[in-house]
Amino acid sequence: MQLTLWTYEGPPHVGAMRVATAMEDVHYVLHAPQGDTYADLLFTMIERLQKRPPVTYTTFQARDLGRDTAELFKTASREAFERFSPKAMLVGSSCTAELIQDDPGGLCKALNLPIPVVALDLPSYQRKENWGASETFYQLVRNLALPKDEVAKSESRKPRCNILGPTALGFRHRDDVAEIRQLLTHIGIDINVVAPLTATPGDIAQLADADFNVVLYPEIANLSAQWLQRNFKQPFTKTIPIGHSATCDFVGEVAQLAGLDPVAALQSATSRAAWYTRSVDSTYLTNKRVFVFGDATHAVAAARVAAQEMGFTVVGIGTYSREFAREVREAAALYGVEALISDDYLEIEARIAELNPELVLGTQMERHIAKRLGVPCAVISAPVHVQDFPARYSPQMGFEGANVLFDSWVHPLMMGLEEHLIGMFRGDAEFHENAAPSHLGGSVHAQSQQDSANAAPLMQTGQTTAATSQTIAASAWDAGAEKELKKIPFFVRGKARRNTERYALERGVTLITTETLYESKAYFSQS
Amino acid sequence: MSAVIPIRKEIGKGCTDVIPLVERGQREVFCGLTGIIWLHRKIQDAFFLVVGSRTCAHLIQSAAGVMIFAEPRFGTAIIDERDLAGLADANEELDKVVHQLLARRPEIKLLFLVGSCPSEVIKLDLSRAATRLSAQHSPSVRVLNYSGSGIETTFTQGEDACLAAMVPEMPSSPVNAPQELVIVGTLADVVEDQFVRILNQMGIDRVRFFPPRRAQDHVPMGPNTQLLLAQPFLAETARLMQARGASLLVAPFPLGIEGTTAWLQSAATAFGVTPEKFQSAVYAPTARAEASLARAKLHLDGKRIFFFPDSQLEIPLARFLSRELGMKLLEVGTPYLHRQHMAVELAMLPEGTFLSEGQDVEKQLDRCRALHPDMVVCGLGLANPLEVEGMTTKWAIELVFTPIQGYDQAGDLAELFTRPLLRRMRLAA
Repeated sequence: MQLTLWTYEGPPHVGAMRVATAMEDVHYVLHAPQGDTYADLLFTMIERLQKRPPVTYTTFQARDLGRDTAELFKTASREAFERFSPKAMLVGSSCTAELIQDDPGGLCKALNLPIPVVALDLPSYQRKENWGASETFYQLVRNLALPKDEVAKSESRKPRCNILGPTALGFRHRDDVAEIRQLLTHIGIDINVVAPLTATPGDIAQLADADFNVVLYPEIANLSAQWLQRNFKQPFTKTIPIGHSATCDFVGEVAQLAGLDPVAALQSATSRAAWYTRSVDSTYLTNKRVFVFGDATHAVAAARVAAQEMGFTVVGIGTYSREFAREVREAAALYGVEALISDDYLEIEARIAELNPELVLGTQMERHIAKRLGVPCAVISAPVHVQDFPARYSPQMGFEGANVLFDSWVHPLMMGLEEHLIGMFRGDAEFHENAAPSHLGGSVHAQSQQDSANAAPLMQTGQTTAATSQTIAASAWDAGAEKELKKIPFFVRGKARRNTERYALERGVTLITTETLYESKAYFSQS
Repeated sequence: MSAVIPIRKEIGKGCTDVIPLVERGQREVFCGLTGIIWLHRKIQDAFFLVVGSRTCAHLIQSAAGVMIFAEPRFGTAIIDERDLAGLADANEELDKVVHQLLARRPEIKLLFLVGSCPSEVIKLDLSRAATRLSAQHSPSVRVLNYSGSGIETTFTQGEDACLAAMVPEMPSSPVNAPQELVIVGTLADVVEDQFVRILNQMGIDRVRFFPPRRAQDHVPMGPNTQLLLAQPFLAETARLMQARGASLLVAPFPLGIEGTTAWLQSAATAFGVTPEKFQSAVYAPTARAEASLARAKLHLDGKRIFFFPDSQLEIPLARFLSRELGMKLLEVGTPYLHRQHMAVELAMLPEGTFLSEGQDVEKQLDRCRALHPDMVVCGLGLANPLEVEGMTTKWAIELVFTPIQGYDQAGDLAELFTRPLLRRMRLAA
C-alpha cells in the first residue's frame, strides 16, 4: 500500500483507452464498476476531442456482484458490436473487475463475433498507464499485423516506414506526427502507416509493408517495434527528434535506414531556434540552472536540448517511468547529477526546493510545484492538462519543434536586459529586486515574499533556518547581511544564500556578515 | 407582481404517482468518491484517505480538474499486489500509511477512511480499521469510515455516506434542550450565512449546519432537533438522525424562489414564526430574486430541456426551471428515485413529465438526439460530443460546485442555464 496524493500516471486501462481512442473503427469493452466512466472526460474535456472515446463500460454495481456479472459483460459486448460495428474489438477489465475474475477474453470469444477480438490482460495492481498503452498496442500489432507475404505491396519505389507511438491524450502527439511526417516526406520517404493515432485495424494489418519503423514514443511503441523487428525484419529508430541537433541526428539515422544520402537529406535542415540560441541576446541563458522531470523520453531529450542548445546547466533530472529508469540514469551521468526515479510528488517537490533551480522543465505536476516555489516552469511531458493542448500548431519534435522549445522555455524567464536593470537599480519601483518578469505581469514574486517573511524571525532569534536551506543550516545571518541579501534579485537570491551558508560552514564562520556575503560571492565566481 | 410567490394552491398530484422509465445499462455517472472534492474543502480539519486503486486516485485528481492545493486534504492508499496476497498484511499496510500520514499532518483532527470498489470487493473491513486506528490516535485524531465505492454509491451519495458516518459521533442534546434547527448537506459558506440571517430575522436563533465547518464543532442530536435537508441526496444521514430522535421537516429543496420560500416556511412553521415575521424576513431577498429571474426568463421561457442523470439535483432543478422560468421538460433523468424525500418536489413537477431512473447511456442518447432539445444537462464525458452534434449543454457538475441555493443565488442558478444559450447565439451571430 502506498500513500499517494497526486499520480503521474493513471491505471493501465486508461493507457488502453488512449490507444483505442486514437484509432478508428476499434471499440473497447471494459468490465468496470460504475464510476470508472470518469475516464471519458480525460478525452472530451482535457483533450477536447469531438467524440466520446469508443469505450463501453459494463458499470456493474454491488447488486450485480451477487448475480451474473459475466452475463452483463457478454450483453455489453454484443450490444457494443451491434451498435458501433467496429472492425476490431478490445476487451478487458479495470482494477475492480480484475478482482472478480470474469475472464472478458474468454467470454467474448464465446460470442463468436465476426471481427478480431483482442483480449487485454492489464494487471492494475502492478502496472500503470504507459505500460497499459504499450501492452495494448503490442497486442493489437501481434494479433492484427499480417505477415510480409500477405500484405498488399505499395507500388511506390521510395523507401517506406511506419510511424509508431502517438496516442490520444499524448503530449503534443498530433503535432509531432504532422511535423515528422512532413520531415520524412521531404527527404523522400513514404509513410506506410501511422499508429495507433488515426490507424484502423486494416492499417495495422499492413504494417509489414514498410522497410523500417520510426519510434516517436518508446514508452508506448518500443515493445511493438521490437516484435516487428524480430518478425518482419524491420529495424527501428532510436533517436528522438526533440531539439535541433537531435533532429539532425534523427535525419541521419533515418537516411541510413532508408538508404538515402544523409548529407543531402540534411541540406535544408533549418530551425530559427538554432540561430536564436547563438544570437547575443541569448547570452544571459548561459548556465541557468534547470531541473528536468517527465516521462523518460521527454526528460532525456529536454536535458540534452537544455545543456547543448540552450547552454543551461542541468542540476537535476528525473522520471516517473520506472520502466525506463536506466535511460534516465545514463543521461544523469552525462550531467554529473543523480537521477531521481520516483512517482512520489512530494519527493520531487522536495528535490526541486533543495536544488533551487532557475527553471523547471516538467509535467503539469512540476508546473504546480514551480508555481508554489515561485520558479519559472515550462511543460515538456505528460501528464498534461487542458492548456497543454494549444489551439495553435505546437509540436515538440522536428525543426519546428525546436523553435517551439526555444520559445516556450525562454518565455517564463526574465529577459537579459531586464535582469541587468534590476541589478543596477535595486529599489526601483518597477525594476525592484522582488519583481517577476515584466512580460508576465511583473508583480511581486512568491518565493521572494516567502524569503522576506522568513527573514524577520531569523534576525530576532539569531538562528538560521531558512526554508530553502534546510540541508546547510549552521551559521546565523546578521541584520546587515540579511538586508544586503534582499538586494540580490530573487532569481539568484536562493543560490546566493546557499552558497554563502556553505562558504561560512566550510570555514567555521558562525555569524554571516555583509563581508562574508561578498567573500563568498568572490569565491564562487572564481570557481 | 406580488413580492412573494405563495406555494400554488392548485398544486395537485403533479408527478406524485409517476412511474419512471427504469433502465439498467451503462451508467455515465461518477462514483461516491467524487464528493471528496467538495467535502475536503468544507470540513477544514478533516482528511479523506481513499483505500483503493490507482484508478481511484486518478478519478479524484481528474474530476477535481486542477491541482492547486500542493498538499491536498485527500489522498489514496493505493492497494498493490502484496496487499491482495493476504488481508492481514493489507491491514498492517493501512496502519502504516495512516501513521505516516498523521505524522506528516499534525493539523488533521478527523480522518475518514474511504472505501472503494476494490476495498469492498476484497472485503477489507474499514470499520474495524477505523476503530483500531481511532484507539491508537485518540484523542488527537478521530478515525471514521464510509464507502464511496461505485458499486454502492452514485456521485453525491458519497456525501450522504460521509455525513452518515459522522452522525453517531454527534453528542446527544441535553434533556429539555430548546428546539434547534439543523440544516443538513454541504452548502457554500456564503449561502449558510444568508440562511442564518434570514432565519434569525424570523426569530429562529438556534441554527446549526451539518457538516460543520470544523470537525471539532459538534452538532448535538436529539428530540429537540428539527432537520431541514438542503440537498436531495441525504437519505441515510436523515434516517440515522431521525433514529436519534430528530424530526425531519417536509419541504422541497431550496432552489429558486418558490423552493427557498417553501423550505424556509417549513422551518418557520415548526418554530411557530408568525406570517408577518416570515414575510418581513423574506420580502427583500424575494424581490431581488424576482428581478433577476425575470431577466433570465426572457431567454429560457419555452425552451426545451433534457436531463441526463448525474447529481440527484435533477428533479428539484427541473421543478425550478419549469415553474419559475417556463422551460419545457423533455426528460428528467435521475440516478435513483427516493420517493419520500422527493415527495414535495414530485408533486410540484408538471403532470406527465417523463422521468427516467438509472441509465442506459446509449439508449438515452438516442432519445436525446431524436428530441433535439434546446438544452441538455449532462456530465463532462458527454458535453463536448453533444455540442459537436449541435446541442447546447450545461455541465451538471457545475451545479454541484456552485452556490445555487437560496434567494440571492436564484439568479446565478438561472444564469448557469442562460449563459450556454446566449453564448451559442453570440458565436453564431
